[in-house]
Amino acid sequence: MHHVKDSHEWHFFNIGHTHVTLALPVITYASDRGLEFFMSSDFQNHETHLFGEENAHNGIYIDSHEHLGRVDGGAIYDFSITKNVAMMFIVIAVVLFLALSAAGHYKKNGAVAPKGAASIVEPIVLFVRDEIAEKAIGPKYKKFVPYLLTLFFFIWIGNLIGLMPGAANLTGNIAVTFTLAMLTFILVNVNGNKDYWKHVFATPGVPAPLLPIIVVVEFIGLFTKPFALMVRLFVAITAGHIVILAFIALVFIFESYAIGVVSTLMVTFINMIELLVATIQAYVFTLFTAMYIGGAVAEHAHDDHH
Amino acid sequence: MDLILPSSGLIFWQLIAFLALLFILIKFAWKPMLAALEEREGSINDALKAAEQARSEMANLKAENEKLLADARLERDTILKKAQDASVKMIEDAKNEASKVAAQQIENAKAVIETEKKAALTEVKNQVAHLTLEVTERLLRKSLSDEKAQKALVDEFVKDIKLN
Repeated sequence: MHHVKDSHEWHFFNIGHTHVTLALPVITYASDRGLEFFMSSDFQNHETHLFGEENAHNGIYIDSHEHLGRVDGGAIYDFSITKNVAMMFIVIAVVLFLALSAAGHYKKNGAVAPKGAASIVEPIVLFVRDEIAEKAIGPKYKKFVPYLLTLFFFIWIGNLIGLMPGAANLTGNIAVTFTLAMLTFILVNVNGNKDYWKHVFATPGVPAPLLPIIVVVEFIGLFTKPFALMVRLFVAITAGHIVILAFIALVFIFESYAIGVVSTLMVTFINMIELLVATIQAYVFTLFTAMYIGGAVAEHAHDDHH
Repeated sequence: MDLILPSSGLIFWQLIAFLALLFILIKFAWKPMLAALEEREGSINDALKAAEQARSEMANLKAENEKLLADARLERDTILKKAQDASVKMIEDAKNEASKVAAQQIENAKAVIETEKKAALTEVKNQVAHLTLEVTERLLRKSLSDEKAQKALVDEFVKDIKLN
C-alpha cells in the first residue's frame, strides 16, 4: 500500500540493505515560524530510511504515515514537494514539451500536414475537438476545447508515466483528482446559463409539492457530478496499481518459481489492460467534463439532462 | 484512510501547477494549434471547392466547345448545300439561257431563211415574168407577121385555156 500513496521521498528500489532514493524538498508553514525549507533526508533514520518522531529535525518530524508534526504540538502545514508533486512536475514537463513542440511545428511551417510531435498530438487534438467537445457541448464548444485538451493530456500522460516502474501514482491520488474535478465544477457552474440554473432551482415539469425534494436532489446533483469524476479516476488508476502490486507481492509471499512465472504473466497482462485504462480514463474524464459543460451551456437543458 | 483523504499540500501544488499548465498551453500551444488546424481545414475546403468549380467550368467549356463545333458543322453543311443549290441553279439557268438563245437563233435563222426564200422566189418570179415578156415580145414580133401563124397561136392559147 505504501507504493500507491504519496511520500516525502522518492524511493526507487533496494540493493541489499541500501535504499536507492531521491530526497525531496520539505516545505513547511506555521503561523509562528513562517515558511521553512528542509530535505526529506533530514527527517529520516539514515540506515532504515524510516520517518518517525524520534528523527525530528528543528522541532519538526514526519510520522510513519507521512504526516508532518511539531514536537511542541503546534499547527504546521505541509507544502512539500512530495513524490506526487515531483511526478506532477515531470508530467507537466512532458505535456508541455509535447504540446509546445507540436504547436511549434505549425508556427514554423504554417497550416501544413503534421510531422514529428505534431503527428502524435494532432489526432488527439482533433479527436477531443470533434468527438468530445463538439458532440457533447454543442455549438458553443470552441471556448472549452483548450481546457478539455489540457485535461486530457495531463490525465493521459499522468496515467501512462504512472505505469512505469518507480513512478508515482499521480492520477490515482485523490488530491489530484479532487483538484481536477473541482476545476471542472467551477468551470461548469461559472458557465451555467439561465436554463441550467432554472433547471436546478425551478425544475420545469415538476408538480409544485414535489419541487422542494427535486430541488434538493438537483442541488446535490451539482456536487455529485464532479464527485463522481474525482472518484472514478482515482479508483480506476489506484485499483490497477494495487492489482499489479498484489500480483507482485504474491511472488514474495509464496517464494515459489511457479507462482513467479504466473504472477509475471498476470502482471504483464494487467499492465496491458492498464495501458487501455490509462487512455480510457483520460477520455472518460474529458468526455464527462464536456457533457457537464454541455448541460450547463445548452439552450434547452431539460432535453439532455436526465 | 490516508488513501482517500486528499492532502492539502498536494492540492495546493496541483492547483498552481495545473493552472500554470493550462495558461501556458492555452496561450502557446492550443490557440495557435487550433487556429492552424482550422486554417488548414479552411484551405482544404477552399481547394476542394476550387477543384469542383474548375471541374464544372471545364465541363461547361467542353459543352460550349461541342456546341460551337456542332454549330460550325451545321453552318458548313448549310453553306455547302447553298453552294450546291446555287451551282445547280446556275447550271440550270445557263442551260435555260442557252436553249433560249439557241431557240431564238433558230427562230431568227428560220425568219431569215423565210425572208431569203421569199425574196428569191420574188426574184425568180420577176425574172420569169421578164423572160416571158421578152420571149413573148420576140415571139410576137416574129409570129404575128403572118395570119396563119396568128391563128395557130390563138388556137393554141384556146387549147391551153380549155386544158386549164
